[in-house]
Amino acid sequence: MKNTLRQVFHSPKFVVGFVIFVAILLTMIIYPLFNPGNPLAQIGVGTFAKPGTYVSLYDATKAKTETFRLPDAEEKRLKASLSDEDRVAMVEWFTAAGVDMGDLDLQDTDALLDLWNANYDPSLRPKGMITARVNYFKRLNNALQELGGGDTIIIAEKDDASGELVESKKILNTDYVNVNAVTNVKTLPLGTDNFGRDVLKELVSAVGTSLLIGLIAGVVATSIGLVFGLLAGYVGGIVDDLIMFITNIFTVIPGFVLLILITYSIGQEQRGAAVVAAVIGLTSWTWTTRSVRSQVISLRNRDHVNLSKLSGHSLIRIVLTDILPYIASYVVMAFILQVSSGILAEAQLSLLGLGPRTTITPTLGLMMNWAMLYSAHTNGSWWAYFPVILTITLISFSLNLMNTGLDQVFNPALRD
Amino acid sequence: MSERAIEQTDFTNRPLCLSGRGVTKIFGLGDKRTVAVDHVDFDFHEGEFVSIVGESGSGKTTLSKMLLGLLNASEGEIFFQGKPRDISTGRKKKEYWKGIQAIFQDPFSSFNTFQKIDTVLLDCINMRGGKHLPKEKKIEMMTEACGFVNLKFAELTNKYPFELSGGQMQRLMIARIFLLRPRILLADEPTSMVDACSRATILDMLLNLRDEIGMTVIFITHDIGLAYYISDTVYIMEHGKFVEFGKADEVILNPQAAYTKRLISDVPKIHEEWDLSTVDLLSQK
Repeated sequence: MKNTLRQVFHSPKFVVGFVIFVAILLTMIIYPLFNPGNPLAQIGVGTFAKPGTYVSLYDATKAKTETFRLPDAEEKRLKASLSDEDRVAMVEWFTAAGVDMGDLDLQDTDALLDLWNANYDPSLRPKGMITARVNYFKRLNNALQELGGGDTIIIAEKDDASGELVESKKILNTDYVNVNAVTNVKTLPLGTDNFGRDVLKELVSAVGTSLLIGLIAGVVATSIGLVFGLLAGYVGGIVDDLIMFITNIFTVIPGFVLLILITYSIGQEQRGAAVVAAVIGLTSWTWTTRSVRSQVISLRNRDHVNLSKLSGHSLIRIVLTDILPYIASYVVMAFILQVSSGILAEAQLSLLGLGPRTTITPTLGLMMNWAMLYSAHTNGSWWAYFPVILTITLISFSLNLMNTGLDQVFNPALRD
Repeated sequence: MSERAIEQTDFTNRPLCLSGRGVTKIFGLGDKRTVAVDHVDFDFHEGEFVSIVGESGSGKTTLSKMLLGLLNASEGEIFFQGKPRDISTGRKKKEYWKGIQAIFQDPFSSFNTFQKIDTVLLDCINMRGGKHLPKEKKIEMMTEACGFVNLKFAELTNKYPFELSGGQMQRLMIARIFLLRPRILLADEPTSMVDACSRATILDMLLNLRDEIGMTVIFITHDIGLAYYISDTVYIMEHGKFVEFGKADEVILNPQAAYTKRLISDVPKIHEEWDLSTVDLLSQK
């Protein structure tokens, strides 16, 4: 046993898979300690806030300011306020008016503005340009002249008694606030989702639920497969025929279609995470049965089994002590694969809208379903679905690596 | 072929221990039908050392599995101690296996590698109804059994079978039989996987065990020289049939069947006809 463990941990594949899996597990356990609370709490009102650190504007105006005169501040401000759309429009005007742009860089804000101010003539009407477009360029020119704004923003509050606006604070463009001095700062490493929920917090919670679903599905599938396989392989005869008949029926029916039909007919109200996991397990035991059966058949005529029979041991004892230990390593590997495919099956089902009906805990599949329903993939909100895909990939990758590593240890034919 | 470990004794007057009439085993159906054992009759007497000799595929192991009750015969009947054998239920099988035990060919696969040697030997004591004996008595019995096969129980306790050598494992197997004290021992080529020195030891132990318990030994082998060395009676098996049987002396020194003659001529001769001058070593390369 000790030697086997040592051998297992000498397999690089297993170790890599194990490290990734343990890292995911540790994150799942430790992260909620630092960021407690309901993972499905709606902290934002809008949808799909970008990842990043959010500073309360209200608190920032009240924080103590310092004055810095940074040389590139004005340029940055200009650059940020001139949108890509405006830049393209400016080039369009230059082309229409036949202005020589030389080797103008679209991102070089100063050169672009200089060229515009030197050449723009509101009275000029380039050939073929419609009036609406000419007026658009006039408005653009006006906007460009006000670009960068003034150097002061005045905050005014309404005086309750008189109803007049009273200046309460003047913010200069040289005023700076230390982020640490602002009372309310929220870092959202993965932004928010369609309901304004913290994606990272949701993701960590979803990993837990999905692993649990995989575990339940794996336990159900492996137990059924193991019991059927042992019975069919060891008892043989009519029991074998009957079990293989059932197994063949389940093998012929496409498992995923069956899964969809069962989850659909259960109905939304009864479809909790555990029920979906059990249904996944109930539809994926067939190949475990087949492979356990074939292993048991090769074992049941071995001398040590015959000797055990001659020693008068009961069927249950022979199966438990003379057959099961010999296929234990194989069963562990099958279990790992079942967990992995259980997680994937939940994700597939949920993506179709047939996953667990839950408003208490998210699952990886549900997160993808929400992201899909609110068109995260078409409006570029990658943070709502990409981390989920990456997590699913990492989990099944690590489980499969562990499985391959174990296979190499237990199957001498695969050793390098 | 002059050496023998035992005196030729006549067993035909002793009571029958195991006998069979028309025992047949057919595998498969139609085109794939194979007759492994073809209507064989045999009479094994109390205390007799019987060898069943035949080459690979002659049906020896199939016959031995039928004798042990691990395989059902397609046709024919087997009699145990004069009465038709009844192993239709698990309880009856268990009772039958108290009377017949086996030693298999490959000692490395005969033991469950997950069980300690103590468990193997304790099982034997339990099977003989010694489950409620005090622990000291059980250890004494195990020590005695190991001593019979020149093993030290104190060194074996808490060890796993795979930590022993092949010869030691096969001796442990004999210790198991010593504890079980069956009426019949079926030894299926017990010496083919061990080295020559261990082979002689194991054969001697089998003979000693027979004298000690007074059981019938059915020794299955492909080596007719070995059969002559050790057995009282020899059955020659070819393609699932007994082509010749009788006292070892008569069968081997005066063979009638062509197959027996061929088997005898295949035994390497050391004593009489060992003549190296006729062998041209260079031309064989």
